[in-house]
Amino acid sequence: MISDAPVLILGARSDIALAIAHAFAGRGHPLMLALRSPNRLQAIVPDFEIRYGVEVTLHSYSATKLTGQAEFLDNLPQQPQIIVCAVGLMTDQEEAAGDPALAKQVVETNFLGPAVMLEVAAERMAATNEDCAIIGIGSVAGDRGRAKNYVYGAAKAGFAAWLSGLRQKYAATQLHVMTVKPGFVRTQMTAGMNLPGPVTVDPDAVAEDILKGLEKKHHVVYTSVWRWIMTIICAIPEPIFKKLKF
Amino acid sequence: MKQEIWGWGRAPRAVCEVLQPRDKAELVAAVTAGKLIPRGAGRAYGDAALQPERTVSMRHLNRLLAFDPETGALEAEAGLMLSDLLDVFVPRGWFPPVTPGSKFVTLGGMVAADVHGKNHHHAGSFGHHLDWVEVMGSDGKTRIAKPNSRLFKSTVGGMGLTGVVTRVALKLRKIETGWIKQESVVARNLGEAMDALEDGESYDYSVAWIDCLASGDAFGRSIIYLGEHATQADIDYRQTDDPFPKARKMRNIPMDAPNWLLNRTTARLFNAVYYRAGVRGEGERIIDWDKYFYPLDAIGGWNRLYGKRGFAQYQCAIPLEAAEAGLRQVIGEIGRGSEGAFLGVLKRFGPGRGTGISFPIEGYTLALDFPMSSRALDLMDRLDRIVEDHGGRLYLAKDNRMRPNLMKIGYGKGLTEFAKQRDEAFASLQSERLEL
Repeated sequence: MISDAPVLILGARSDIALAIAHAFAGRGHPLMLALRSPNRLQAIVPDFEIRYGVEVTLHSYSATKLTGQAEFLDNLPQQPQIIVCAVGLMTDQEEAAGDPALAKQVVETNFLGPAVMLEVAAERMAATNEDCAIIGIGSVAGDRGRAKNYVYGAAKAGFAAWLSGLRQKYAATQLHVMTVKPGFVRTQMTAGMNLPGPVTVDPDAVAEDILKGLEKKHHVVYTSVWRWIMTIICAIPEPIFKKLKF
Repeated sequence: MKQEIWGWGRAPRAVCEVLQPRDKAELVAAVTAGKLIPRGAGRAYGDAALQPERTVSMRHLNRLLAFDPETGALEAEAGLMLSDLLDVFVPRGWFPPVTPGSKFVTLGGMVAADVHGKNHHHAGSFGHHLDWVEVMGSDGKTRIAKPNSRLFKSTVGGMGLTGVVTRVALKLRKIETGWIKQESVVARNLGEAMDALEDGESYDYSVAWIDCLASGDAFGRSIIYLGEHATQADIDYRQTDDPFPKARKMRNIPMDAPNWLLNRTTARLFNAVYYRAGVRGEGERIIDWDKYFYPLDAIGGWNRLYGKRGFAQYQCAIPLEAAEAGLRQVIGEIGRGSEGAFLGVLKRFGPGRGTGISFPIEGYTLALDFPMSSRALDLMDRLDRIVEDHGGRLYLAKDNRMRPNLMKIGYGKGLTEFAKQRDEAFASLQSERLEL
């Protein structure tokens, strides 16, 4: 991907999104950062200008809004050649399972909202006939539902299926669609969770894996050893899996 | 979130409520909630950045705010890591005016400890190179403190007890290359070492590694490292291809070493081998900035070599007129003790700031590591008495065991001045221990 290709990051305030922003900016890409409250990232603008000499613009964006995708894209200062969707919302499993309104919010934030936006963007990007990419951040939680986390997992599974469909739909174009499934990452989202040290990585490592995956045009990227972990987890027969407690 | 944390010496450990604000609103909420201590990279050795009720990590508030490529004036948030600053600015020909022996520290931590480097005899401490610092009190309000203000004088070196440092404005220095012209000199004993440090005054940087376990004629034998930023003319074809070399990749120590690994015998052996290598390598050479300033940073988590028990670093400063007598007694006492002492570092300090509780005073400073044990604690108590008798003081960024009495005597008038600027909501385990 050419280094001055503009990058749009949806859900830019998360720790993983910021790490990805640093990685792209470090390679010279100008950035458009979309998030609910752009003023919270104001300090990023001079920081990236000094650090990397790249331009950063901030844009107001609500992940759960299901209309106005075209206007949002029209109003960007330039059309993105790379879109990274890092939107994510993880709530307490019990609360989400027991409260339909909260479950709806989890599904709309992690799945429906981003999917609708990427659908509109994909059509435009493919039509440019230039090298371009969509990177969607799913989760290993979407690979197999677990009692501890299945509302979030179901939403991420839906998102991954949508991305897989997009990938096939645009296979004949210059648009590359990549799904990223980070395992455990030390972030604000997982703060306070008891994560196993050896298989938990920092957001910077996830960002590096993503950029490497993009260079090689991988389709599905797992971070660190999670491809192997998930291969094993997915291979466990259901009668056994349902009795496991993790 | 409750979490067990510790300083670089890994002793003591404490379960603390750790907050990680990501913007100003979150910081204000954390700072106005009650008792707290700010924490940077956690590189203070002891308990300076531990507060069970609320330890506020500044690591996410780490943005560069403004840079003037004409003058080198830089403004940044206090959580910026020095390693990031170096990555950004060394390739552009700028270097921090003062740097401690590790680059994994934050700007806020450098202000709070008023860090010194190998150029203290010329450049003074970090506080000498600041245009201003911004400090947030427990009322959630920020104040810009300029060098002549009382708040500035007590905040620089004030260990985060006057409020949390939120932004820092400093001046970087111009460098022609990222290489260092290093001259190493062998000193066969303490007298020669001190002479060599006095003679090396004309160099920008000077520091001595000292063997505190050698006795007799070799008492205080040292290798003195003098250094200067190399100019274009100093470097040859091997370096001109890469005038601003990048930092090395770090290797990690994956687990705690057993407690017995570092003891008096291995310390003696290590020091002897290191000294011989220094003798063989005497002379001039060109090395890159990363190796020169941050030799230990190449091994991530080297503190784990001391095992689970952790270690204490003892760093004292003794005024010039009493320095030689004081150092002789301190090193003599260590030699008599049964503790290992690795990595003794001796340095000539220029004049100190003379304000608040900033550590450096004109004279000599000696720093040593001891594996944590009751015998080591006893030895350090004995060293305290020598330091006190010679009008010296200990460095708070290293300390995890000093007693309030030595704090009062060692810091004297500056401490009284500092006390007036205290924000009482700010308290660490260290400040509580030292009754600050």
